[in-house]
Amino acid sequence: MNFLKSTLSRKNLMALTGLFLCFFLVIHLLGNLQLLLPADRAAESFNYYSNLLSGNIFIKIISYVLYFSLIAHAADALYITLRNKRTTVKYAYDNRKQASKWYSRNMGILGTILLIFLVIHFKDFWYVYKFGVIPYDKNGNKDLYVIVVHAFKSWWYVLIYILSMFALGFHLLHGFKSAVRTLGLYHPGYAAFVQKFGMIYSYVITIGFAVIPVYVHLTQFGLWN
Amino acid sequence: MRVHLKIWRQKDAGTAGKLMDYELDNVDNHMSFLEMMDTLNEQLILKGEMPVEFDHDCREGICGTCGMMINGQAHGPVPGLTACQLHMREFEDGATIYVEPFRAAAFPVKRDLKVDRSAFDRIIQAGGFITASTGQPAEANTILITHETAESAFDSAACIGCGACVATCKNSSAALFTSAKIAHLAKIPQGEKEAAKRVLKMVSRMDEEGFGHCSNTEACEVECPQGISVLNIARMNWEYTKANLLKD
Repeated sequence: MNFLKSTLSRKNLMALTGLFLCFFLVIHLLGNLQLLLPADRAAESFNYYSNLLSGNIFIKIISYVLYFSLIAHAADALYITLRNKRTTVKYAYDNRKQASKWYSRNMGILGTILLIFLVIHFKDFWYVYKFGVIPYDKNGNKDLYVIVVHAFKSWWYVLIYILSMFALGFHLLHGFKSAVRTLGLYHPGYAAFVQKFGMIYSYVITIGFAVIPVYVHLTQFGLWN
Repeated sequence: MRVHLKIWRQKDAGTAGKLMDYELDNVDNHMSFLEMMDTLNEQLILKGEMPVEFDHDCREGICGTCGMMINGQAHGPVPGLTACQLHMREFEDGATIYVEPFRAAAFPVKRDLKVDRSAFDRIIQAGGFITASTGQPAEANTILITHETAESAFDSAACIGCGACVATCKNSSAALFTSAKIAHLAKIPQGEKEAAKRVLKMVSRMDEEGFGHCSNTEACEVECPQGISVLNIARMNWEYTKANLLKD
């Protein structure tokens, strides 16, 4: 039991769930890239893909791992943050922040932004697809594409997405490297590679996800329509 | 030169402290920071006031006894130095300098700038050693070791246990200190035999002492006067997980 309670094990749980979420983001982004196709092809392809995922037992198992990872990652973060409140004492004059990156010190705040974003994201897409009333496209698949396009009609909704993706980007910029370090990769050569890989990964994920709502808004409702 | 000091004064662990103002005129810019503190204390004693208590010993930057927050940074603004190796020429004439003790729940303030860092001693006592017969020193070449391994272990062993890592960490984590000792001994043949037992005991002691979680901000490495690498922390994490998985 001591093993599960130790500070290192709690961080290992953060790292493992975090890295699974990192892996999921790649799959999620690859699927979403279909939204960048011309409108009619995008609709057909995206709806077919969504239907394919929702009917697959393998994907179902992955989705339960995903829900667990999200909840465990957030709950463990809360536990760690609260415990660290008890281990620290405030300084009267504090200039320690120049020794580290702002996003590495504010993972909790970035994570909270992401949690709020996820509630909105799940409510508007996940919940609607699973439990809501949703039209069918001509191939008989649930027309999630229409829901997505409709959501990105308002510019402020697009803005929420862009800001959230930047929060995600900074969260990943520290999180990926930190997770690998927590799991114990100590070889200097590999550590340098992980650092570079983590940086490129964070940029790709952030830009990839941020571009989609902007593209959909501009092509469907904006200047490019 | 002249400095305006704001120094944390606290009677004992149970009493609340506060920053007090002091003016010091006769500061030579070749003085070390601690010599400047000595000058202040001589002045206070002549006035019949209690001198400011602070930890110090070798004043050569190798013992790890001195340690204070100077202008909100552990050991002051110059990287790679202990407070005793910091000189007054690093400050401007007429500067305001804030001086506070290292702070963490596991490092209670004893008085003024003096801090109880015995939690570190107890972490070392939990396993930061090797078990070997005393007596005649063994023949040096009995255990062969490469130059690179010896150097790498020595890099970890260079930790002087000053506590700047804990004082700088936003979580008051002792990961850098604990990991440096674990990595130092895990790297060399004399230490690796007991590596599993050592890491389990030292990490468990570290947690019991009330240090926080490491969140890899790497501020500890930046502020460490000995430049101990955060890769030691990764090594500790690896040794810890391995020891737990392979435990009998």
